[in-house]
Amino acid sequence: MSPTDFKRREVAGRGIPVPGNDIDTDRIIPARFLKAVTFEGMGEHAFEDARKQNPEHPFNQTVYQGASVLVVGQNFGCGSSREHAPQALMRWGIKAIVGGSFGEIFFGNCVMLGIPCLTVSQADLEWLQRAIGRDPQQPVAVDVEKQEVRCGERVIKAAVPDGARKQLVDGTWDSTAVLLEAGAAIEATARKLPYVRGY
Amino acid sequence: MARTLLDKVWEAHTVRTLPSGQTQLLIGLHLIHEVTTPQAFQMLKELKLKVRMPERTFGTLDHIIPTTDQSRPYADPMAEDMAEHMIRNTKEFGLPLFDMATGKQGIVHVIGPELGLTQPGMTIACGDSHTSTHGAVGAIAFGIGTTQVRDVLATQCLAMAKPRLRQVRVDGALARGVYAKDVILAIINVLGVKGGVGYAYEYAGPVIERMTMEERLTVCNMSIEGGARCGYVNPDRTTIDYLRGRPHAPQGAAFERAADWWRSVATEPGAAFDDVARLDGSAIEPVVTWGINPGMSIGVSQTIPKPEAQPEPERPTFREALAHMGFQAGQPIMGAKIDVAFVGSCTNGRLSDLRAAAEVAKKGKVASHVRALIVPGSQQVAKAAEAEGLHEIFQAAGFQWRKAGCSMCLGMNPDKLEGREMSASSSNRNFIGRQGSPTGRTLLMSPAMVAAAAITGAVTDVREILK
Repeated sequence: MSPTDFKRREVAGRGIPVPGNDIDTDRIIPARFLKAVTFEGMGEHAFEDARKQNPEHPFNQTVYQGASVLVVGQNFGCGSSREHAPQALMRWGIKAIVGGSFGEIFFGNCVMLGIPCLTVSQADLEWLQRAIGRDPQQPVAVDVEKQEVRCGERVIKAAVPDGARKQLVDGTWDSTAVLLEAGAAIEATARKLPYVRGY
Repeated sequence: MARTLLDKVWEAHTVRTLPSGQTQLLIGLHLIHEVTTPQAFQMLKELKLKVRMPERTFGTLDHIIPTTDQSRPYADPMAEDMAEHMIRNTKEFGLPLFDMATGKQGIVHVIGPELGLTQPGMTIACGDSHTSTHGAVGAIAFGIGTTQVRDVLATQCLAMAKPRLRQVRVDGALARGVYAKDVILAIINVLGVKGGVGYAYEYAGPVIERMTMEERLTVCNMSIEGGARCGYVNPDRTTIDYLRGRPHAPQGAAFERAADWWRSVATEPGAAFDDVARLDGSAIEPVVTWGINPGMSIGVSQTIPKPEAQPEPERPTFREALAHMGFQAGQPIMGAKIDVAFVGSCTNGRLSDLRAAAEVAKKGKVASHVRALIVPGSQQVAKAAEAEGLHEIFQAAGFQWRKAGCSMCLGMNPDKLEGREMSASSSNRNFIGRQGSPTGRTLLMSPAMVAAAAITGAVTDVREILK
């Protein structure tokens, strides 16, 4: 693996809107699908209950198959820490998410998988969802480095917090390797703690 | 300059600043369970890495455990497979596992404090969002995803940005029949389910200071439901008294030295916060959720709000909630009929929760149309409750007395809602499908309120029963 494989400067593809606020991770992947010792096959269960109850759910619609930029509402991915949620979305084909705001654990889990989550204003969000709905085939580009989303004629201002943006752009979101670099400083920090050293 | 607990704990655990600007934060206690770890152990094996500090890592089995027949193999082959992986992985990597045979098994957020593993001034991580619970003793405790579990196993560290800090003060005094659960539901209602995004919550004020440790655990448990990654209460006399004598707490003279350090990590007078929020505890009445997230709640005497009265962007969620729950805007929550009553979970599965429910259970019998479950949070909670005869009170009133586990909080074991059943639940989430049925419905409330709903068959004001 060359380091360039990890760089997530830009994601270009087609969009898929899933409107609504406070869509929790139980809704993205119901708990019964967590009974598995691998993440394989998780993609087919993304939004499973919501899709069964609503045949019109965007994840059911033919026009959105193959889309890679998910456009959501406020507080997307709140609730449970289950990484199965971003894993399911990623394995369905999602490579970037644009929303109003995100649950923090979900956001962190996405970064760990190299999935950028960008926030845009409520007005831009609504415009983007309508635009994709009108023409699902048009290209949508998510530029992590420049913090913008491009769709049709418009360039929408977006935001990714500095730390996460740097990790994605530099390709250092695979954190285990980065954390291991600290070497003996890890044990040195531990030894200074009264509860590790012994009271 | 006066410093906060967050400042002090963060600084003490900082290994270095990462190129991304985030902190490489040492994790002092890593708790693991069967659901979010098998993939992490697999990744570790693929990377040919060991567990960095096995002596700071502890496991239990909780999410998938049946609460009736616990003999192996479990009836559900997938649950059996997950348990088997956990047992095999902890053995292979040399990690202690509190399984059934130890008598110490239970929900990870119940056993951590109970065993004295959870201590003030620590950083704690666990692959479960309710890890915020452990903040009740004055720790900084984060829920993490599976790839982060891999990071902690491999490096004992997390890459994290330091959150901002909001002090949430609860003034006044709670009325009889109002519990810690009502306090945290009221806080989430006021600050919103995403109000805490980017923040840690420091809970303070007379109501919090007077709370027992178990009550504080309930409050901190639901910090994540308010969007906050973690929440804590400063260590004080209550904290120190709670930890004294616990098996994994320091013993003898070392305990006194530890207590001195614990006191020293508390937020200092005059420390600055990024934000302060205030609630009047005296004004809180028993709270019931009516919707599909934990912020959609009202006092038991109130009526379900109208979508039109909400800000425009909130209205679709309100309409969706009303449709899912089968409620009309403007209807009182009191009298809403229930089918299932559940007392348990990492929020409200401790001894004091069972006592509060038992006090109400004594006053009647479970309504004939209601299925009522009492699920202790740990084997030790179950043992203590049985020693004081709580199980007999529950059974005499028609409640089922179960074995320890997460149970119907998230329906990963056989305890699930069926169809559109309406549940009065002491758990933490009323998300659509949360309790195991895609169309099931959940009303969150305190354990005493759940018991009151069980014996009357509908949402009831527990204060009337306790009169």
